Amino acid sequence: MIYREAGQFKTTYRADQAVFPILQDRIAILLILAVAFIGVPALASDYLFLAILIPFLILSMAAIGLNILVGYCGQISLGTGGFMAVGAYAAYNIALRVPELNLLIVFLLAGGCAALVGVLFGIPSLRIKGFYLAVATLAAQFFLDWLFSRVGWFTNYTASGSVTAPQLKFFGYIVHAPTGKYLLCLCLVTVAAVVAKNLVRGRLGRSWMAIRDMDIAAEIIGIRPLQAKLSAFAVSSFFIGVSGALWAFVYLESWEPLAFDINRSFSLLFMVIIGGLGSILGCFLGAAFITIMPIFLNQVPAALGIPLSTATVSHLEFMIFGALIVFFLIVEPHGLARLWAIGKQKLRLWPFPH
Amino acid sequence: MGPFIEVVLGGLLAGVLYSLVALGFVLIFKASGVFNFAQGAMVLFAALSLVRLMSGELSAVHYWGAAAVLGVAVGYVLLLFWRRARPAAAPGRGASWGLIGVFGLIGAALAALHGTAGWSGWVAIPATAAIMGLLAVAIERLVLRPLVNQEPIILFMATIGITFFIDGFGQTIWGSEIYTLDLGIPKDPMFLLESVFEGGILVNKLDIFAAAIAGVLVAVLAVFFQKTRIGRALRAVADDHQAAQSVGIPLNQIWIIVWTVAGFVALVAGIVWGSALGVQFSIALVALKALPVLILGGFTSVPGAIIGGLIIGMGEKLAEVYLGPVLGGGIENWFAYMLALIVLLFRPQGLFGERIIERI
Amino acid sequence: MQRTRPVGDVLLKVDDITLSFGGVQALSGVSFDIRKHEIRAIIGPNGAGKSSMLNVINGFYHPQQGQITFKGQTRKQMRPHEAAAQGIARTFQNIALFRGMSTLDNIMTGRLLKMRSNFLFQLAWTGPAEQEETRHREFVEHIIDFLEIQSIRKTPVGQLPYGLQKRVELGRALAAEPELLLLDEPMAGMNVEEKEDMCRFILDVNDEFGTTIALIEHDMGVVMDLSDRVVVLDYGRKIADGTPDHVRGEQKVIDAYLGVSH
Repeated sequence: MIYREAGQFKTTYRADQAVFPILQDRIAILLILAVAFIGVPALASDYLFLAILIPFLILSMAAIGLNILVGYCGQISLGTGGFMAVGAYAAYNIALRVPELNLLIVFLLAGGCAALVGVLFGIPSLRIKGFYLAVATLAAQFFLDWLFSRVGWFTNYTASGSVTAPQLKFFGYIVHAPTGKYLLCLCLVTVAAVVAKNLVRGRLGRSWMAIRDMDIAAEIIGIRPLQAKLSAFAVSSFFIGVSGALWAFVYLESWEPLAFDINRSFSLLFMVIIGGLGSILGCFLGAAFITIMPIFLNQVPAALGIPLSTATVSHLEFMIFGALIVFFLIVEPHGLARLWAIGKQKLRLWPFPH
Repeated sequence: MGPFIEVVLGGLLAGVLYSLVALGFVLIFKASGVFNFAQGAMVLFAALSLVRLMSGELSAVHYWGAAAVLGVAVGYVLLLFWRRARPAAAPGRGASWGLIGVFGLIGAALAALHGTAGWSGWVAIPATAAIMGLLAVAIERLVLRPLVNQEPIILFMATIGITFFIDGFGQTIWGSEIYTLDLGIPKDPMFLLESVFEGGILVNKLDIFAAAIAGVLVAVLAVFFQKTRIGRALRAVADDHQAAQSVGIPLNQIWIIVWTVAGFVALVAGIVWGSALGVQFSIALVALKALPVLILGGFTSVPGAIIGGLIIGMGEKLAEVYLGPVLGGGIENWFAYMLALIVLLFRPQGLFGERIIERI
Repeated sequence: MQRTRPVGDVLLKVDDITLSFGGVQALSGVSFDIRKHEIRAIIGPNGAGKSSMLNVINGFYHPQQGQITFKGQTRKQMRPHEAAAQGIARTFQNIALFRGMSTLDNIMTGRLLKMRSNFLFQLAWTGPAEQEETRHREFVEHIIDFLEIQSIRKTPVGQLPYGLQKRVELGRALAAEPELLLLDEPMAGMNVEEKEDMCRFILDVNDEFGTTIALIEHDMGVVMDLSDRVVVLDYGRKIADGTPDHVRGEQKVIDAYLGVSH
C-alpha cells in the first residue's frame, strides 16, 4: 500500500525512461544518498570505515565492472583479480613516475590501462564462448600475477616485491582520515554506478544484452560482435582497474601481487552471482554480503562462546560461500536483486491481500 | 641430446598427471554436459581422505564414519548383484535399506574394534572410493537435480560453488597441513638408455608408474564407454538429455554413476599426485592446469585429454628450461594457459573436438 | 486486392547458389529474383534447403559458388551484420528473441543500427544520447501499436506465449525499417486466429511500409493467398518458379509434395 504507483502517470517517453520512474523510489534513493554522504560520516567509527565500508564500496565498483561483462554481456571472466592488479600497478607506476599528476587523473589513467589489457584478453571472446572463454581469462589471471611479481620494473625493483602507495593528495588536500577516504570512495562509486546504469539502459547496454541472450541473432539484426564484446571488456575492465587502484591506494596502502590473486577473482564472481547477474543494485548487495560474511563468521561464534581457530574460520568461509553459490543458483539465479524486486512487488499491496 | 630428452621425458610424465585430472573432466562433460570445475577439488578431497585414513592421527569418529560409508557401499553393491542374479528373491525397498544400514553398522563396528590406528591402503583406498561415491550421490541430489535443464553456464558456476564447498569441507574434516602419502610406490630415480647416451637419461620410477596407471585407466574407461550397457546409456545422455530420458534411460542414476566414476578417477589422480608432491592444498590449484589441457584436447575426447596433457606437460617444461631464464623464471604458472589460448585462436574447437556448425 | 505500391524492379537476385556442409549438398545452383514491394514465397518439402537459402541471403552461410545482387550491388559473401546494415532483416523458424530483455528492449535492439550518439553523451545520459533514445522510442511505439502489443511492452519476452513471441520478433525486424524482410515460417505452430492476425500484419507491412517480403511457409493456403510469386525448392534445387496458380499446376511440384515412384 505504501509502495504503489497508482496515480503516477507518465506522460512523456522521457519520464518512462527514467531510472526511478516511481516517486517512492526517488525518495528512497535520495534518503540513502543523504545517509551515506551526511549521516554515516557523522556517526560511524574508524573500524566501521576501514574494515567494512571502504572495502565494501571499492568491491562494489569492481563488481559493477564484472557484472557489465558477465551479467550484461554474458562473457564469463575468472581474471578479475588480474585486471584489478593492472589498475593498481598502473596507478602506482604513473604516480611514481609523474608525481605532479593529480591522483584522480592517475586513477582514470589506471582504469584506461586496465581497459586496454582487458580488450587485449577479450579478443579471444570473438572466437570462443562459455567455458572456453573462462579458461582464456584464467590465462590473463595467471599471466598478470606472474608479470607483477617477476618483472621488476612494475614494482620499481623493490627487493621484497611489495610496494607502497604515495600519500592520497587531491588538489592540495591530503586525505588521511578514514572519513575522508570513505567519502572519496563513496563519490567515485556513486559516479561509477550512475555511469554504468546509463550505459546499460542505452544503446551499448542493449547490444551487450543482445549478445548475451543470443549472439547469432544479435549479429543478424546488425550488431557487430566485435564492437559489442570488446566494448564490454573495455568498460568492465575500466571500472575494475579503477577499483584496483583504489583497493591498493586507499584500502591496502602497501601491497604485493598476492593481493590480487585468483581468489579475488572468485570472490568478485560470487558477489555478482549472489547480488544478481545483470543488476547494478545487485553489485552493491553482493559486495555487502561478501564483505560482511567473514566478519560475521569471525565474531558470532566467539560471541556465542564457541572459539574457532583462524584456519577453521577460513575453511568454514569456503564451505559457506560454496554452499551459498549453489543455493542462490538453484533458488534464485538472479540473486538478491531479484529478491528485492519481488519484495517490492509484494509491498505494492501490503498490508492488504488484494 | 641427453638433457633435452630428459626435459621432454620429464615434461611428458608431468603431463600424464594433468591428463589424469583432465580425464575426470571429460567423463563428466561427455555424460552430462557439465563443465565440472570441481574436479581439482575432488582430487584434493580424495587424496586428503586417503592419506588421513592411513595416518592414524584422527579421532575415532572419523574412522567409524568412513567405515560406515564403506560398509554402506559394499552393501549397496552386493544388493545390486543380488537383484541382477535373482530378481525374484531380492528384498523389497524397505528391506534393502535395512540391509544397507546393517552393512554400515558392521563397518562402523569393525572400525571401532580396530581402534584409531591408521588403516592400510587395502582398506583406505576402497573406503575413499566409497566416500567419493557418496559425494557423487550428494552432488546429484543437492545440486544437479535441482538445476536440471538450466543453462550450461549456470551449472558451471554451480560447480565453482561445489569446488569451494569441497575445498573447505575437506580441510575442515581431514585437516589442512601437508601430508606425505606412502603407498609403497617406488620413488627412486633410475637411468634409462645408458648404452645410447653418455650417462643415460634420468627418470623417476614414480613417473613411469604414473604413466602405466594412466594407460590402464584409459583402457578401462574406453572399454566401459564402448562395450557396456551403462556406457551406451552414458553416450546417449551426453548427446541429448531429453531424448535419452524419453527412451527410458534414468538420467539421475546415470549422473550418479558418472560422477562416481569421475570420483574414482580423481582418487587415482590423487594417489599419484599425492605420492609425488605430498598431499596439500596446492594440489587443487595445480589441478586447474587440466583446464588448458582440455582446451587443447577438446572437451569430449578421451584421447584428446591424454595427448593434450602430454603436450602441455612437455611444452611447459621445455618453456621453463629454455625460455624461463630469459623471461625471469616461474613461467610454468601461465605458460600452459597461454599455449591453450593461442591454440584456441586458430582452432576454437580444440585439437580433437568436433567442428561446430552453428544453426539458427 | 488493390495495392498502393505496384511491384517494381528487381531488388535481390540470387544467381547459381551452391552450398554444402561437408558431403551434404544443401543448395545446388539455385537462381531466382525478388522484386521491389512483392511478397515472394519459398516453399518446398522438409529439408529442401529453404532456411539455408534465407541464411545465405542474409550472410549467415557462405555459399561455395554463386553470387547475390542486392540493390544493384553484387557480392559473393558478407557477414550478417553487414547484410543488416544494407537493409535485410529477418525472423527465425525457432524464435530467436533476446529472452532476458523486455518486449520494448527487444524491439529497440532493431533500432541499434540507426543509433550513433557519442559515447560520452551516453555515459551521462544527456543531450544527443537522450534525444536519440526518445526519438527511437517513439518509432518503436508506432510498431508496438501496429502489432497491437501495447500491454506486453515491459514484459520479459521469455514469459510470453508463442504467438506473441512471434509477433515481437516481427516487430524487432520491422524496427530496422528493412527494405527486404525475410520471414522463416512466420505462422508455424499457430492456431487459425493467430495465423489470420499474422497474415494481416504481413499484408499491412507490405502495403503500408512498402517492404519487400520473402517468406517460407508450409501452409499452402496462406502461401497461395499472400504471395505474388512462389519459388519451389526440392532437395536443394529449384523445381518451379512463378505465380501461385502457375506453380500449383506444375507436375514436378505435385510430385515433390505427393511423392512419386522413380
